[in-house]
Amino acid sequence: MNSMQNSLKVEIGGYHTGNIPPLLHEIRHALRNLLDNGETTTIDLRSLPMAPGEQQQLLDILGKGEISVHLDALGKSEITESIYAGVWLIIHYNNNGEVMGKFIEITRVPAILKAQTADMEESLAALQMRLEEI
Amino acid sequence: MSNNKPLGQALREQGVSRRGFLKFCATTASLMALPPSMVPAIAKALESARRPSVIWLSFQECTGCTESLTRSHAPTLEGLIFDNISLDYHHTLQAASGDAAEAAREAAMEENKGNYLLVVDGSIPLGNPGYSTIAGISNLEMLKEVAEHAAAIIAVGTCAAYGGLPHANPNPTGAVSVEEIIKDKPIVNVPGCPPIPVVITGVLAHFLTFGKLPELDHLGRPLAFYGNNIHDRCYRRPFYDKGLFANTFDDEGARKGWCLFKLGCKGPVTYNACATIKWNDGTSFPIEAGHGCLGCSEPNFWDMGGFYNALSESTMNLSRTAAVGIAVGAAAGTASGLLNRRKKSKAEAAHETVSVKDLQREDKS
Ligand code: SF4
Ligand code: SF4
Repeated sequence: MNSMQNSLKVEIGGYHTGNIPPLLHEIRHALRNLLDNGETTTIDLRSLPMAPGEQQQLLDILGKGEISVHLDALGKSEITESIYAGVWLIIHYNNNGEVMGKFIEITRVPAILKAQTADMEESLAALQMRLEEI
Repeated sequence: MSNNKPLGQALREQGVSRRGFLKFCATTASLMALPPSMVPAIAKALESARRPSVIWLSFQECTGCTESLTRSHAPTLEGLIFDNISLDYHHTLQAASGDAAEAAREAAMEENKGNYLLVVDGSIPLGNPGYSTIAGISNLEMLKEVAEHAAAIIAVGTCAAYGGLPHANPNPTGAVSVEEIIKDKPIVNVPGCPPIPVVITGVLAHFLTFGKLPELDHLGRPLAFYGNNIHDRCYRRPFYDKGLFANTFDDEGARKGWCLFKLGCKGPVTYNACATIKWNDGTSFPIEAGHGCLGCSEPNFWDMGGFYNALSESTMNLSRTAAVGIAVGAAAGTASGLLNRRKKSKAEAAHETVSVKDLQREDKS
Protein backbone atom coordinates (compact mmCIF):
# COMPACT_ATOMS: atom_id res chain seq x y z
CA MET A 1 0.00 0.00 0.00
CA ASN A 2 1.13 3.60 -0.30
CA SER A 3 3.38 5.45 2.10
CA MET A 4 0.57 7.47 3.69
CA GLN A 5 -1.19 4.35 4.83
CA ASN A 6 2.07 3.04 6.26
CA SER A 7 2.82 6.12 8.29
CA LEU A 8 -0.71 6.53 9.62
CA LYS A 9 -1.17 3.53 11.84
CA VAL A 10 -4.59 3.70 13.42
CA GLU A 11 -5.92 1.20 15.88
CA ILE A 12 -8.65 -0.64 14.09
CA GLY A 13 -10.74 -2.62 16.46
CA GLY A 14 -11.53 -5.69 14.39
CA TYR A 15 -14.07 -4.15 12.03
CA HIS A 16 -16.08 -6.58 10.01
CA THR A 17 -18.82 -5.80 7.56
CA GLY A 18 -19.19 -9.52 7.15
CA ASN A 19 -18.99 -9.02 3.39
CA ILE A 20 -16.02 -11.26 2.68
CA PRO A 21 -17.61 -14.72 3.06
CA PRO A 22 -20.61 -13.91 0.80
CA LEU A 23 -18.24 -12.43 -1.77
CA LEU A 24 -16.13 -15.58 -1.74
CA HIS A 25 -19.31 -17.63 -2.19
CA GLU A 26 -20.25 -15.43 -5.15
CA ILE A 27 -16.83 -16.09 -6.67
CA ARG A 28 -17.25 -19.83 -6.09
CA HIS A 29 -20.66 -19.79 -7.83
CA ALA A 30 -19.21 -17.80 -10.72
CA LEU A 31 -16.37 -20.29 -11.14
CA ARG A 32 -18.85 -23.16 -11.17
CA ASN A 33 -20.85 -21.28 -13.79
CA LEU A 34 -17.75 -20.70 -15.89
CA LEU A 35 -16.93 -24.40 -15.82
CA ASP A 36 -20.47 -25.59 -16.49
CA ASN A 37 -21.72 -22.97 -18.94
CA GLY A 38 -18.67 -21.05 -20.07
CA GLU A 39 -20.15 -17.82 -18.66
CA THR A 40 -17.84 -15.14 -17.31
CA THR A 41 -18.59 -12.88 -14.35
CA THR A 42 -17.18 -9.52 -13.32
CA ILE A 43 -17.52 -8.14 -9.81
CA ASP A 44 -16.94 -4.43 -9.20
CA LEU A 45 -15.22 -4.10 -5.84
CA ARG A 46 -16.10 -0.41 -5.60
CA SER A 47 -19.77 -1.19 -5.10
CA LEU A 48 -19.24 -3.12 -1.87
CA PRO A 49 -18.87 -1.55 1.55
CA MET A 50 -15.62 -2.67 3.14
CA ALA A 51 -14.15 -1.87 6.52
CA PRO A 52 -10.58 -0.58 6.65
CA GLY A 53 -8.32 -3.54 6.02
CA GLU A 54 -11.10 -5.78 4.78
CA GLN A 55 -10.31 -5.44 1.11
CA GLN A 56 -6.69 -6.31 1.79
CA GLN A 57 -7.92 -9.33 3.71
CA LEU A 58 -9.89 -10.42 0.66
CA LEU A 59 -6.91 -9.91 -1.64
CA ASP A 60 -4.75 -11.91 0.78
CA ILE A 61 -7.20 -14.79 0.63
CA LEU A 62 -7.21 -14.72 -3.17
CA GLY A 63 -3.42 -14.54 -3.25
CA LYS A 64 -1.18 -14.23 -6.29
CA GLY A 65 -1.12 -17.09 -8.80
CA GLU A 66 1.09 -17.80 -11.77
CA ILE A 67 0.24 -14.93 -14.07
CA SER A 68 0.64 -11.24 -13.57
CA VAL A 69 0.31 -8.85 -16.50
CA HIS A 70 0.93 -5.13 -16.77
CA LEU A 71 -1.04 -3.20 -19.30
CA ASP A 72 -0.19 0.31 -20.41
CA ALA A 73 -3.26 1.99 -21.87
CA LEU A 74 -4.63 5.22 -20.39
CA GLY A 75 -2.40 4.66 -17.39
CA LYS A 76 -1.31 1.32 -16.00
CA SER A 77 -3.42 -1.71 -15.25
CA GLU A 78 -2.47 -4.77 -13.24
CA ILE A 79 -4.08 -8.06 -14.15
CA THR A 80 -3.26 -10.90 -11.79
CA GLU A 81 -4.55 -14.41 -11.64
CA SER A 82 -5.28 -15.44 -8.06
CA ILE A 83 -4.17 -18.76 -6.63
CA TYR A 84 -7.55 -19.98 -7.87
CA ALA A 85 -7.29 -20.60 -11.62
CA GLY A 86 -9.84 -18.57 -13.54
CA VAL A 87 -10.23 -15.94 -10.79
CA TRP A 88 -8.49 -12.70 -11.76
CA LEU A 89 -7.95 -9.41 -10.00
CA ILE A 90 -7.91 -6.39 -12.28
CA ILE A 91 -6.83 -2.98 -11.06
CA HIS A 92 -6.99 -0.01 -13.41
CA TYR A 93 -4.94 3.08 -12.66
CA ASN A 94 -5.01 6.47 -14.34
CA ASN A 95 -1.98 8.39 -15.54
CA ASN A 96 -1.33 9.63 -12.00
CA GLY A 97 -1.21 6.11 -10.61
CA GLU A 98 -4.54 6.52 -8.84
CA VAL A 99 -6.93 3.58 -8.72
CA MET A 100 -9.82 4.06 -11.16
CA GLY A 101 -11.45 0.69 -10.79
CA LYS A 102 -10.95 -2.65 -9.06
CA PHE A 103 -12.62 -5.74 -10.42
CA ILE A 104 -12.62 -9.47 -9.88
CA GLU A 105 -13.16 -11.27 -13.15
CA ILE A 106 -14.02 -14.95 -13.30
CA THR A 107 -12.95 -15.97 -16.78
CA ARG A 108 -10.36 -18.00 -18.67
CA VAL A 109 -8.60 -14.90 -20.00
CA PRO A 110 -9.72 -11.35 -19.08
CA ALA A 111 -11.30 -9.67 -22.09
CA ILE A 112 -8.95 -6.71 -21.93
CA LEU A 113 -5.92 -8.94 -22.58
CA LYS A 114 -7.18 -10.21 -25.89
CA ALA A 115 -6.03 -8.34 -28.98
CA GLN A 116 -9.02 -6.45 -30.35
CA THR A 117 -10.16 -7.17 -33.90
CA ALA A 118 -10.13 -3.54 -35.03
CA ASP A 119 -6.67 -3.03 -33.57
CA MET A 120 -5.45 -6.13 -35.40
CA GLU A 121 -6.93 -4.87 -38.66
CA GLU A 122 -5.12 -1.57 -38.24
CA SER A 123 -1.93 -3.40 -37.34
CA LEU A 124 -2.23 -5.52 -40.45
CA ALA A 125 -2.42 -2.41 -42.61
CA ALA A 126 0.49 -0.81 -40.74
CA LEU A 127 2.63 -3.90 -41.13
CA GLN A 128 1.79 -4.04 -44.81
CA MET A 129 2.93 -0.45 -45.21
CA ARG A 130 6.11 -1.13 -43.29
CA LEU A 131 6.87 -4.07 -45.57
CA GLU A 132 6.41 -1.92 -48.65
CA GLU A 133 9.05 0.47 -47.31
CA ILE A 134 11.66 -2.28 -47.03
CA MET B 1 -14.56 22.59 -31.13
CA SER B 2 -15.16 19.41 -33.08
CA ASN B 3 -18.62 18.84 -31.71
CA ASN B 4 -19.66 16.29 -34.24
CA LYS B 5 -16.95 13.70 -33.88
CA PRO B 6 -18.11 10.43 -32.34
CA LEU B 7 -16.37 9.73 -29.04
CA GLY B 8 -14.72 6.51 -30.22
CA GLN B 9 -13.07 8.32 -33.09
CA ALA B 10 -12.07 11.27 -30.93
CA LEU B 11 -10.42 8.93 -28.42
CA ARG B 12 -8.54 7.07 -31.13
CA GLU B 13 -7.28 10.33 -32.54
CA GLN B 14 -5.89 11.02 -29.08
CA GLY B 15 -3.97 7.76 -29.40
CA VAL B 16 -6.24 5.67 -27.19
CA SER B 17 -6.18 1.99 -28.24
CA ARG B 18 -9.21 -0.29 -28.12
CA ARG B 19 -7.82 -1.84 -24.97
CA GLY B 20 -7.65 1.65 -23.55
CA PHE B 21 -11.21 2.20 -24.71
CA LEU B 22 -12.35 -1.02 -23.01
CA LYS B 23 -10.66 0.11 -19.83
CA PHE B 24 -12.36 3.47 -20.21
CA CYS B 25 -15.73 1.73 -20.59
CA ALA B 26 -15.16 -0.59 -17.62
CA THR B 27 -14.26 2.27 -15.32
CA THR B 28 -17.07 4.40 -16.73
CA ALA B 29 -19.57 1.63 -15.93
CA SER B 30 -18.09 1.46 -12.46
CA LEU B 31 -18.35 5.20 -11.98
CA MET B 32 -21.92 5.18 -13.22
CA ALA B 33 -22.54 2.44 -10.64
CA LEU B 34 -23.74 0.15 -13.43
CA PRO B 35 -23.04 -3.57 -13.36
CA PRO B 36 -19.89 -4.70 -15.22
CA SER B 37 -22.12 -6.86 -17.44
CA MET B 38 -23.21 -3.62 -19.11
CA VAL B 39 -19.71 -2.80 -20.36
CA PRO B 40 -20.30 -4.08 -23.93
CA ALA B 41 -23.49 -2.01 -24.22
CA ILE B 42 -21.67 1.02 -22.84
CA ALA B 43 -18.78 0.49 -25.25
CA LYS B 44 -21.22 0.37 -28.14
CA ALA B 45 -23.02 3.52 -27.05
CA LEU B 46 -19.83 5.44 -26.26
CA GLU B 47 -18.22 4.50 -29.55
CA SER B 48 -20.77 6.55 -31.42
CA ALA B 49 -21.66 9.11 -28.74
CA ARG B 50 -21.31 12.73 -29.78
CA ARG B 51 -19.79 15.38 -27.61
CA PRO B 52 -22.54 17.34 -25.96
CA SER B 53 -22.10 21.05 -25.46
CA VAL B 54 -22.09 21.98 -21.78
CA ILE B 55 -22.72 25.39 -20.29
CA TRP B 56 -21.75 25.61 -16.64
CA LEU B 57 -23.17 28.43 -14.53
CA SER B 58 -21.86 29.21 -11.04
CA PHE B 59 -24.12 31.24 -8.79
CA GLN B 60 -24.02 31.71 -5.00
CA GLU B 61 -21.41 29.10 -4.19
CA CYS B 62 -17.95 28.58 -2.75
CA THR B 63 -16.44 26.93 -5.86
CA GLY B 64 -16.03 23.78 -3.75
CA CYS B 65 -18.00 21.77 -6.29
CA THR B 66 -15.77 22.83 -9.17
CA GLU B 67 -12.75 22.19 -6.93
CA SER B 68 -14.03 18.73 -6.09
CA LEU B 69 -14.30 17.97 -9.75
CA THR B 70 -11.14 19.50 -11.12
CA ARG B 71 -8.66 19.09 -8.27
CA SER B 72 -9.43 15.48 -7.57
CA HIS B 73 -7.32 13.65 -10.07
CA ALA B 74 -6.81 15.39 -13.36
CA PRO B 75 -5.79 14.23 -15.87
CA THR B 76 -7.76 11.06 -15.53
CA LEU B 77 -10.43 9.00 -17.15
CA GLU B 78 -12.84 11.56 -15.76
CA GLY B 79 -10.63 14.15 -17.38
CA LEU B 80 -11.10 12.27 -20.60
CA ILE B 81 -14.83 12.56 -20.28
CA PHE B 82 -14.34 16.26 -19.90
CA ASP B 83 -12.13 16.36 -22.93
CA ASN B 84 -15.02 14.76 -24.69
CA ILE B 85 -17.71 17.09 -23.68
CA SER B 86 -17.48 20.51 -25.09
CA LEU B 87 -17.39 22.76 -22.05
CA ASP B 88 -18.36 25.92 -23.81
CA TYR B 89 -18.78 28.17 -20.84
CA HIS B 90 -17.55 27.92 -17.25
CA HIS B 91 -16.69 31.32 -15.91
CA THR B 92 -14.39 29.97 -13.18
CA LEU B 93 -12.35 27.83 -15.55
CA GLN B 94 -12.37 29.74 -18.79
CA ALA B 95 -9.76 32.31 -19.71
CA ALA B 96 -12.21 34.79 -21.22
CA SER B 97 -14.17 37.11 -18.96
CA GLY B 98 -16.76 39.86 -19.15
CA ASP B 99 -18.34 40.54 -22.54
CA ALA B 100 -16.12 38.05 -24.41
CA ALA B 101 -17.19 35.23 -22.09
CA GLU B 102 -20.85 36.15 -22.36
CA ALA B 103 -20.52 36.25 -26.14
CA ALA B 104 -19.10 32.70 -26.04
CA ARG B 105 -22.04 31.58 -23.92
CA GLU B 106 -24.55 33.14 -26.28
CA ALA B 107 -22.82 31.61 -29.31
CA ALA B 108 -22.83 28.14 -27.71
CA MET B 109 -26.51 28.53 -26.82
CA GLU B 110 -27.39 29.57 -30.33
CA GLU B 111 -25.35 26.83 -31.99
CA ASN B 112 -26.67 24.02 -29.80
CA LYS B 113 -30.16 25.31 -29.17
CA GLY B 114 -32.28 22.63 -27.51
CA ASN B 115 -29.34 20.19 -27.19
CA TYR B 116 -26.89 21.59 -24.70
CA LEU B 117 -26.58 20.45 -21.15
CA LEU B 118 -26.77 23.11 -18.45
CA VAL B 119 -24.76 22.47 -15.29
CA VAL B 120 -25.43 24.78 -12.36
CA ASP B 121 -23.57 25.07 -9.08
CA GLY B 122 -24.67 27.50 -6.39
CA SER B 123 -28.06 28.76 -5.28
CA ILE B 124 -29.99 31.65 -6.76
CA PRO B 125 -30.82 34.67 -4.59
CA LEU B 126 -34.37 35.90 -4.96
CA GLY B 127 -33.76 38.81 -2.61
CA ASN B 128 -31.88 41.72 -4.08
CA PRO B 129 -30.73 40.63 -7.57
CA GLY B 130 -27.49 42.51 -6.86
CA TYR B 131 -26.40 39.85 -4.33
CA SER B 132 -24.93 37.82 -7.14
CA THR B 133 -24.39 38.86 -10.73
CA ILE B 134 -22.23 37.81 -13.64
CA ALA B 135 -21.26 40.54 -16.10
CA GLY B 136 -24.06 42.59 -14.57
CA ILE B 137 -26.69 39.94 -15.25
CA SER B 138 -28.55 38.65 -12.21
CA ASN B 139 -28.34 34.92 -11.47
CA LEU B 140 -32.08 34.56 -11.83
CA GLU B 141 -32.12 36.18 -15.24
CA MET B 142 -29.14 34.18 -16.49
CA LEU B 143 -30.56 30.88 -15.24
CA LYS B 144 -33.88 31.48 -16.95
CA GLU B 145 -32.22 32.54 -20.16
CA VAL B 146 -29.85 29.56 -20.41
CA ALA B 147 -32.39 27.03 -19.14
CA GLU B 148 -34.89 27.96 -21.82
CA HIS B 149 -33.13 26.07 -24.60
CA ALA B 150 -31.26 23.47 -22.54
CA ALA B 151 -31.89 19.77 -23.15
CA ALA B 152 -31.53 19.07 -19.45
CA ILE B 153 -30.11 20.61 -16.30
CA ILE B 154 -27.71 19.12 -13.78
CA ALA B 155 -27.79 20.89 -10.42
CA VAL B 156 -24.37 20.15 -8.95
CA GLY B 157 -23.91 20.50 -5.19
CA THR B 158 -26.41 20.94 -2.40
CA CYS B 159 -26.67 24.71 -3.04
CA ALA B 160 -27.95 24.28 -6.60
CA ALA B 161 -29.98 21.20 -5.69
CA TYR B 162 -31.65 22.36 -2.47
CA GLY B 163 -30.38 25.84 -1.61
CA GLY B 164 -27.52 24.59 0.58
CA LEU B 165 -25.58 26.89 2.88
CA PRO B 166 -26.95 30.15 1.44
CA HIS B 167 -30.45 28.81 2.12
CA ALA B 168 -29.65 28.03 5.79
CA ASN B 169 -31.53 29.95 8.43
CA PRO B 170 -32.11 32.86 8.23
CA ASN B 171 -31.41 32.74 4.50
CA PRO B 172 -30.42 36.40 4.15
CA THR B 173 -30.35 36.44 0.35
CA GLY B 174 -33.58 34.51 -0.20
CA ALA B 175 -31.55 31.71 -1.79
CA VAL B 176 -33.43 28.98 -3.66
CA SER B 177 -32.50 25.92 -5.67
CA VAL B 178 -32.67 25.50 -9.45
CA GLU B 179 -35.81 23.37 -9.34
CA GLU B 180 -37.65 26.05 -7.40
CA ILE B 181 -37.28 28.32 -10.43
CA ILE B 182 -37.18 26.07 -13.49
CA LYS B 183 -40.26 23.88 -13.73
CA ASP B 184 -40.33 22.77 -17.35
CA LYS B 185 -36.99 21.00 -17.88
CA PRO B 186 -35.62 17.65 -16.78
CA ILE B 187 -33.42 18.39 -13.76
CA VAL B 188 -31.09 16.00 -12.01
CA ASN B 189 -29.83 16.93 -8.58
CA VAL B 190 -26.29 15.90 -7.65
CA PRO B 191 -26.17 17.12 -4.05
CA GLY B 192 -23.26 16.94 -1.65
CA CYS B 193 -21.14 19.59 -0.04
CA PRO B 194 -19.30 19.00 -2.30
CA PRO B 195 -20.53 16.01 -4.29
CA ILE B 196 -18.10 13.14 -4.78
CA PRO B 197 -16.28 13.88 -8.05
CA VAL B 198 -17.08 10.54 -9.68
CA VAL B 199 -20.75 11.15 -8.98
CA ILE B 200 -20.61 14.39 -10.97
CA THR B 201 -18.73 12.75 -13.82
CA GLY B 202 -20.86 9.60 -13.53
CA VAL B 203 -23.98 11.62 -14.30
CA LEU B 204 -22.25 13.41 -17.17
CA ALA B 205 -21.01 10.04 -18.45
CA HIS B 206 -24.54 8.68 -18.28
CA PHE B 207 -25.80 11.55 -20.39
CA LEU B 208 -22.90 11.14 -22.80
CA THR B 209 -23.46 7.39 -23.06
CA PHE B 210 -27.20 7.11 -23.22
CA GLY B 211 -28.19 10.62 -24.27
CA LYS B 212 -30.57 10.89 -21.35
CA LEU B 213 -30.54 11.42 -17.62
CA PRO B 214 -30.31 8.52 -15.16
CA GLU B 215 -33.18 7.25 -13.04
CA LEU B 216 -33.93 9.57 -10.13
CA ASP B 217 -35.26 9.30 -6.57
CA HIS B 218 -38.03 11.46 -5.08
CA LEU B 219 -35.54 14.28 -4.47
CA GLY B 220 -34.31 14.26 -8.06
CA ARG B 221 -31.07 12.40 -7.27
CA PRO B 222 -29.66 9.61 -9.46
CA LEU B 223 -30.63 6.36 -7.77
CA ALA B 224 -27.38 4.69 -8.78
CA PHE B 225 -25.48 6.92 -6.35
CA TYR B 226 -28.11 8.02 -3.86
CA GLY B 227 -30.13 4.83 -3.66
CA ASN B 228 -28.61 3.68 -0.38
CA ASN B 229 -28.20 5.55 2.83
CA ILE B 230 -24.86 5.94 4.52
CA HIS B 231 -26.05 3.99 7.55
CA ASP B 232 -26.99 0.89 5.54
CA ARG B 233 -23.58 0.75 3.92
CA CYS B 234 -21.54 1.98 6.88
CA TYR B 235 -18.85 -0.40 8.05
CA ARG B 236 -19.57 0.72 11.66
CA ARG B 237 -23.09 -0.59 11.34
CA PRO B 238 -22.43 -3.86 13.21
CA PHE B 239 -21.56 -1.73 16.28
CA TYR B 240 -24.76 0.26 15.92
CA ASP B 241 -26.69 -2.99 15.77
CA LYS B 242 -24.99 -4.20 18.94
CA GLY B 243 -25.61 -0.88 20.70
CA LEU B 244 -21.90 -0.03 20.94
CA PHE B 245 -21.53 3.75 20.65
CA ALA B 246 -18.73 6.29 21.06
CA ASN B 247 -19.91 8.91 23.57
CA THR B 248 -17.08 11.38 23.10
CA PHE B 249 -14.48 11.77 20.39
CA ASP B 250 -11.72 10.38 22.59
CA ASP B 251 -13.32 7.67 24.70
CA GLU B 252 -12.71 3.97 24.45
CA GLY B 253 -15.59 3.53 22.00
CA ALA B 254 -14.15 6.17 19.66
CA ARG B 255 -10.76 4.46 19.75
CA LYS B 256 -12.33 1.12 19.03
CA GLY B 257 -14.24 2.50 16.07
CA TRP B 258 -17.74 2.12 17.48
CA CYS B 259 -20.80 3.77 16.00
CA LEU B 260 -20.89 7.60 15.94
CA PHE B 261 -24.66 7.94 16.23
CA LYS B 262 -24.54 9.58 19.67
CA LEU B 263 -21.97 12.06 18.39
CA GLY B 264 -24.45 13.37 15.87
CA CYS B 265 -23.97 11.08 12.88
CA LYS B 266 -26.70 11.76 10.31
CA GLY B 267 -25.89 8.59 8.36
CA PRO B 268 -29.31 7.01 9.02
CA VAL B 269 -31.13 9.82 7.17
CA THR B 270 -28.52 10.58 4.51
CA TYR B 271 -28.47 9.14 1.01
CA ASN B 272 -25.08 9.39 -0.66
CA ALA B 273 -22.34 7.18 -2.07
CA CYS B 274 -19.46 8.02 0.32
CA ALA B 275 -19.67 4.80 2.31
CA THR B 276 -18.67 2.79 -0.78
CA ILE B 277 -17.02 5.14 -3.28
CA LYS B 278 -15.34 7.14 -0.50
CA TRP B 279 -13.24 10.28 -0.92
CA ASN B 280 -9.72 11.10 -2.09
CA ASP B 281 -9.30 8.34 -4.59
CA GLY B 282 -11.25 5.86 -2.48
CA THR B 283 -9.01 6.40 0.55
CA SER B 284 -11.54 7.06 3.27
CA PHE B 285 -14.70 8.94 4.17
CA PRO B 286 -15.67 11.08 7.16
CA ILE B 287 -17.00 8.22 9.28
CA GLU B 288 -13.82 6.25 8.64
CA ALA B 289 -11.88 9.30 9.84
CA GLY B 290 -13.85 9.27 13.08
CA HIS B 291 -16.45 11.98 12.46
CA GLY B 292 -20.15 11.47 11.99
CA CYS B 293 -21.89 12.15 8.71
CA LEU B 294 -23.23 15.72 8.44
CA GLY B 295 -25.94 14.77 6.00
CA CYS B 296 -24.52 17.03 3.31
CA SER B 297 -26.53 15.54 0.44
CA GLU B 298 -29.89 16.19 2.09
CA PRO B 299 -32.08 19.29 1.84
CA ASN B 300 -31.69 21.64 4.84
CA PHE B 301 -28.74 19.76 6.27
CA TRP B 302 -27.40 22.95 7.87
CA ASP B 303 -30.57 23.26 9.88
CA MET B 304 -30.94 19.66 10.99
CA GLY B 305 -30.63 20.59 14.65
CA GLY B 306 -26.85 20.67 15.16
CA PHE B 307 -24.06 18.59 13.69
CA TYR B 308 -23.23 17.06 17.08
CA ASN B 309 -26.76 16.35 18.27
CA ALA B 310 -27.84 12.76 17.94
CA LEU B 311 -30.74 12.32 15.54
CA SER B 312 -32.80 10.94 18.41
CA GLU B 313 -32.38 14.13 20.45
CA SER B 314 -32.61 16.55 17.57
CA THR B 315 -35.60 18.71 18.34
CA MET B 316 -35.52 20.47 14.98
CA ASN B 317 -36.23 23.60 16.97
CA LEU B 318 -36.29 26.02 14.10
CA SER B 319 -36.98 29.12 16.13
CA ARG B 320 -33.80 28.37 18.06
CA THR B 321 -31.71 27.85 14.96
CA ALA B 322 -33.11 31.03 13.46
CA ALA B 323 -32.03 32.94 16.57
CA VAL B 324 -28.54 31.47 16.37
CA GLY B 325 -28.34 32.44 12.73
CA ILE B 326 -29.27 36.00 13.53
CA ALA B 327 -26.78 36.19 16.37
CA VAL B 328 -24.03 35.23 13.97
CA GLY B 329 -25.22 37.88 11.52
CA ALA B 330 -25.20 40.49 14.27
CA ALA B 331 -21.71 39.54 15.33
CA ALA B 332 -20.52 40.13 11.80
CA GLY B 333 -22.20 43.53 11.84
CA THR B 334 -24.59 42.68 9.05
CA ALA B 335 -27.93 42.52 10.81
CA SER B 336 -29.07 46.00 9.84
CA GLY B 337 -28.13 45.33 6.25
CA LEU B 338 -30.12 42.14 6.49
CA LEU B 339 -33.17 44.10 7.45
CA ASN B 340 -33.22 46.09 4.23
CA ARG B 341 -32.39 43.14 2.06
CA ARG B 342 -34.93 41.03 3.80
CA LYS B 343 -37.70 43.45 2.89
CA LYS B 344 -36.97 42.84 -0.74
CA SER B 345 -37.03 39.09 -0.53
CA LYS B 346 -39.70 37.67 -2.75
CA ALA B 347 -39.18 34.18 -1.45
CA GLU B 348 -40.09 34.54 2.18
CA ALA B 349 -43.04 32.22 1.95
CA ALA B 350 -40.77 29.34 1.03
CA HIS B 351 -38.46 29.71 4.01
CA GLU B 352 -38.20 30.16 7.72
CA THR B 353 -38.81 33.87 7.99
CA VAL B 354 -37.26 36.28 10.41
CA SER B 355 -39.44 39.07 11.59
CA VAL B 356 -38.36 42.70 11.61
CA LYS B 357 -38.80 42.68 15.39
CA ASP B 358 -36.33 39.82 15.72
CA LEU B 359 -33.74 41.77 13.83
CA GLN B 360 -34.28 44.98 15.79
CA ARG B 361 -33.88 43.04 19.00
CA GLU B 362 -30.59 41.61 17.77
CA ASP B 363 -29.44 45.03 16.64
CA LYS B 364 -29.87 46.48 20.11
CA SER B 365 -28.20 43.63 21.95
S1 SF4 C 1 -21.49 5.74 12.29
FE1 SF4 C 1 -23.37 6.70 11.49
S2 SF4 C 1 -23.81 5.72 9.55
FE2 SF4 C 1 -22.31 4.43 10.65
S3 SF4 C 1 -23.57 2.95 11.77
FE3 SF4 C 1 -23.25 4.63 13.16
S4 SF4 C 1 -25.03 6.00 12.82
FE4 SF4 C 1 -24.93 4.58 11.09
S1 SF4 D 1 -20.29 11.31 5.20
FE1 SF4 D 1 -22.21 12.45 5.06
S2 SF4 D 1 -21.68 14.63 5.37
FE2 SF4 D 1 -19.81 13.51 4.91
S3 SF4 D 1 -19.50 13.75 2.73
FE3 SF4 D 1 -20.62 11.80 3.05
S4 SF4 D 1 -22.83 12.39 2.93
FE4 SF4 D 1 -21.65 14.27 3.16
